[in-house]
Amino acid sequence: MTIRLNGSDHVLPGPTTVLTLVDRLDLGRTDLAVAVDGAVVPRSEWADHTIPDGADVDVVTAVQGG
Amino acid sequence: MALAPLVEPADELTVDEVRRYSRHLIIPDVGMAGQKRLKNAKVLVIGAGGLGSPALLYLAAAGVGTLGIIDFDTVDESNLQRQVIHGQSDIGKSKALSAKESVAEINPYVNVVLHEERLDVDNVLQVFADYDLILDGTDNFATRYLVNDAAVILGKPYVWGSIYRFEGQVSVFWAQEGPQYRDLYPEPPPPGMVPSCAEGGVLGVLCASIGSVMVNEAIKLITGIGDPLIGRLLVFDALEMRWTELKIRRDPHGEPPTALLEDYEAFCGVLSDEAADAAADSTISVTTLSSWLKEREEGTRDFVLVDVREPNEYEINKIPGSVLIPKGEFLAGNALSQLPQDKQVVLQCKSGARSAEVLAILKSAGLEDSVHVGGGVVAWVNQIDPSQPSY
Repeated sequence: MTIRLNGSDHVLPGPTTVLTLVDRLDLGRTDLAVAVDGAVVPRSEWADHTIPDGADVDVVTAVQGG
Repeated sequence: MALAPLVEPADELTVDEVRRYSRHLIIPDVGMAGQKRLKNAKVLVIGAGGLGSPALLYLAAAGVGTLGIIDFDTVDESNLQRQVIHGQSDIGKSKALSAKESVAEINPYVNVVLHEERLDVDNVLQVFADYDLILDGTDNFATRYLVNDAAVILGKPYVWGSIYRFEGQVSVFWAQEGPQYRDLYPEPPPPGMVPSCAEGGVLGVLCASIGSVMVNEAIKLITGIGDPLIGRLLVFDALEMRWTELKIRRDPHGEPPTALLEDYEAFCGVLSDEAADAAADSTISVTTLSSWLKEREEGTRDFVLVDVREPNEYEINKIPGSVLIPKGEFLAGNALSQLPQDKQVVLQCKSGARSAEVLAILKSAGLEDSVHVGGGVVAWVNQIDPSQPSY
């Protein structure tokens, strides 16, 4: 299945949860927000939230500057 | 959906004020009542820097009656590329004072309150208490979590903005009306992973893009007009010239803070320069560690995984296959002899701050191939083994 990840096509091997996606991306970051189809998925729901085929996924990292 | 106005109107506007604010007064949504609310409003701006500069200028021009400015820093030449509230003749001056002088020039009817101190756990609740609304334009994660927790505890709304290079993020957090910062980012980044603007740079004009949205939202909250940016995150990409809106909701299992942490710098794993240098190219993720552990079981990789936390922490949760040698043992110089000399050392703690410090010690002792695990056991529990408790 294919999703749009931060605006680009991204192929997933099969049904994938938010947690598995973050794991696969291996960004080395803990300060992440993941939005599926425009809505941020709360951290406690990452393990249960399966990403639908064709979903628009945004992975956002925190920035600290001001 | 508009919320009730945050601030009651002032009794009256003077003739001079009516002249000055006439372009607001003739907008029906603002009008005399809205302008009187602005006059009565007390707004605290944290940091008179990149975001604080446009925010303070526009809040002042808009007629916010009382502006608090908290900043302990002085104006440096490298600030002037974006911190437009300061000028050439302000170099070396207190930023708070320099900002006050600019505000007075723009609008003499604004009462400016200076807090020339560092915001910390000892003063934050007292400083916030006097204000209706807070704008967070600070430059580090420790203060951002501190601001959030204090705002949640006091039940106050705050407008949050942050910037880096070409990217900006902005939202309004108000726990009683919607989500708070920890619902978006429950965990700070692994220590040493995220550069500040001082390290990574920032496009100067980005401050205006994000700072102006912050003021826009402040005015809406004060006067009770429009749809506030609560439960919504705007992410701005200045290169693509695109705003992305993401909805945020409360984490149903998240627990809003009810008390301040003792040490926000420790929570955010603020590192010494030595530790940051050591960790810069020697940090692995928990995912990498997980595959390394599998390879170790299969006999294709050899290393020793050292947990540098305290024994009571090790009882709560642990990464299987780790050995415990608390950080203090390394500081005391007793630990090096306990390590095998022929194996790579992988260090890990709760979040990655202590392990980075120990990493610096090992590297200076010649164990150059040592690495540490970014995010530590917290990331391990979150990403690899959610069955373990976290603390």
